[in-house]
Amino acid sequence: MTRSHASDAPLPEGAFPPTEAMLSEPVPSALAEAQADRLRAVWATPKGWRYWSAVNNSEVGVWYALTALAFMLCAGVLALLMRVQLAVPDNDFLSADRFNQFFTMHGSAMMFLFAVPMFEAISIILLPALLGARDLPFPRLSAYGYWCFLIGGVFVMGSILFDAAPKSGWFMYPPLATQDEGLGSDIWLLGLSFIEVASIAAAVELIVGVLKCRPPGMRVNLMPLYAWYVLVVGGMILFAFPPLIAGDLLFEMERGFDWPFFDPERGGDPLLWQHLFWIFGHPEVYIIFLPSIALAAMIVPTAARQPIVGYSWIVLSAVGTGFLSFGLWVHHMFTTGLPALSLGFFSAASEAVVIPTGIQLFAFVATLMVGRVKMILPMLWIAGGLAVFTAGGLTGVMVAIAPFDWQVHDTYFIVPTCITRSLAAWSFRSSRGSITSIPSSPRRPCPSGWGAGPSGCCSPAST
Amino acid sequence: MRRGQRAAVGLLILSGAGGCHGPQSVFSAGGADAIELNRLFAVMLVGAVILWISLNGLFFHVTRRRTGHMSRKLAEAVIIGGGILLPVVVLTALLAWGLSIMPDQRAPGEGLRVRITGEEWWWRVEYLPEGAAGPVISANELRLPAGRRTEIELQAGRVIHSFWVPGLGGKTDMIPGRTTRMSLEPVTPGTYRGQCAEFCGASHALMALNAVVLEEGDFARWLEAEAAPARPEEGEGRAIFFREGCGACHTIRGTPAAGAVGPDLTHFGSRTSLAAGILPMERAALVSWIANAGAIKPEAQMPAFAHLSKTELDRLAGWLEALE
Repeated sequence: MTRSHASDAPLPEGAFPPTEAMLSEPVPSALAEAQADRLRAVWATPKGWRYWSAVNNSEVGVWYALTALAFMLCAGVLALLMRVQLAVPDNDFLSADRFNQFFTMHGSAMMFLFAVPMFEAISIILLPALLGARDLPFPRLSAYGYWCFLIGGVFVMGSILFDAAPKSGWFMYPPLATQDEGLGSDIWLLGLSFIEVASIAAAVELIVGVLKCRPPGMRVNLMPLYAWYVLVVGGMILFAFPPLIAGDLLFEMERGFDWPFFDPERGGDPLLWQHLFWIFGHPEVYIIFLPSIALAAMIVPTAARQPIVGYSWIVLSAVGTGFLSFGLWVHHMFTTGLPALSLGFFSAASEAVVIPTGIQLFAFVATLMVGRVKMILPMLWIAGGLAVFTAGGLTGVMVAIAPFDWQVHDTYFIVPTCITRSLAAWSFRSSRGSITSIPSSPRRPCPSGWGAGPSGCCSPAST
Repeated sequence: MRRGQRAAVGLLILSGAGGCHGPQSVFSAGGADAIELNRLFAVMLVGAVILWISLNGLFFHVTRRRTGHMSRKLAEAVIIGGGILLPVVVLTALLAWGLSIMPDQRAPGEGLRVRITGEEWWWRVEYLPEGAAGPVISANELRLPAGRRTEIELQAGRVIHSFWVPGLGGKTDMIPGRTTRMSLEPVTPGTYRGQCAEFCGASHALMALNAVVLEEGDFARWLEAEAAPARPEEGEGRAIFFREGCGACHTIRGTPAAGAVGPDLTHFGSRTSLAAGILPMERAALVSWIANAGAIKPEAQMPAFAHLSKTELDRLAGWLEALE
């Protein structure tokens, strides 16, 4: 087809390359206008009910962000209901069964329906603008990912209205989850598979976007740090989600077809799931965290009015964090009775992540030292986020020591360690919402009074 | 007056540090492992507080106090010093200490072995003294000798549980199809509370047990008594027990009751708690437990015996309590 089409086309004529004179010849204004109109028509947002067929990143990204926000609010309501139940001893506000559904859904929703999709949403909105591109390379893939996410998310979240939600914990450990009698585990597996597909679609989109949609002259060693972080996180999603998808398949085959992958009585092993789950689950921590620190990496030089100090250090640290994060998953399994040698290795590997993280934080401090800092509003969020993150990070250093973890594993010591870090990620991200001067920001700046309140109360409330 | 003041001060301290006391607290440590880990925690906590203040202080300083225009050399030194040298030195020291205590905490025990199996939602406890022919079977309470490291084997029934007595030491998971192991070295006699630490279904939060640490001599006497068969009283309580078929699930050694589905009740009356650490060993609690166990512990397998009359329940409870 292409060949015959090419042969039909008129042969090129005239001088090549065009001369300066040819290029400076004015285009007839009618033609220029008509071309501009056609271009605008192609990129226009569809009207009416066709609005939902839009594929541009400006629409899909916003839907993505709003949907993730809605799921977060649902998860927040579940958390509040759980706190009501836990407020006094022997409370009968929620039954044991419903409480277990709520805590399972709270964890699953925050992890799969908010933290990861929110990163994808923000990247879909921001990345083309930062790279000077009109859109991401595969707009339909973004839209496909969004609709997958919406369907899967509504399916999983909706199950709670029918008293059929999963109730074996967001980590779904077999045999409890595989032997669960309700539909809950199947809903979790099927619904979250949609979200895993959506995540991989977004990762492919963002990786190709960073690699192929840069403007001429922006080599990889010159591109904004945000693009580097997106590239690293995209790569991490590509490697982290397949083990979970594999685990989900084995899990559903056990439930649906009675193939005993995790059933010890017939030669399976419950620990197999834990390995598959955490080799996804640990990189997941950085999949949530890196995009947030990426925004800090854009805001700090802006506030310091100074190009970032240690660009290469930061890029190498981001890549290093991504790489190391795949070698730490066993620190979620320190109490499962694995050999001491393995525990020692994974303890040391877990502590090693402090180095690239430290380099990134101190590179920000270094930039602030060299530049002329203006305390713009997003810097308050950065300061709050740093306070929360260092608290979460330092307790993380503690729990990475295997014997100490034997005491605090699965306790309220871990809950804030995990939540402060997610919250820090969130608060770094919120800083974006009130940013005034990231180059090519597609949004209007917001009056600085708006954001200052929450950033002030976020840190004391959460530490 | 002085008494009132003292009570007020006590209340104040309690309200502040309420979480740091009690039989299930890591801080009321009575085991060698827990004491060592508390020391580790104290050092790490002090270090973490210092680092947190320094890092956030540095950030505050460079954004609010002395804003900018420092030399690039100094800035690069901050990246290398703070990002590489500091963590390498601090973490190497921490890992050397932290990991060096790991072998001690998992050292093999001497003499007695205890096998604990996590069931839904109670604990099967078997004592295997050195050279004994068979295990001494008990349930829902662990007794250990002080001053000696005891080997603990962990197994699980249907789902994963985790055995943890915070006052004595760290936890280890109980996994179906595997036998995991740990050891504990209690030093101070007393009662500590354990709790299942891996989510195991509807009544996970109601799966606890008391760990009673005894002096060596007391422990030997207790174990001898525990190994002996029960001395059940005759009477109506006993008749109700067998008439209702309780023996199909529960064992009382020395009687025809030999079920293995539920907890062993041979020396039930001498235990310090009821229903896996969640109720006091009292007549009223026992009556309501037998009448409807599922109302107290959701999805528990023990059926309700609400059809028994008040006096029957009372007789049955009285007879069980006498199994000392």
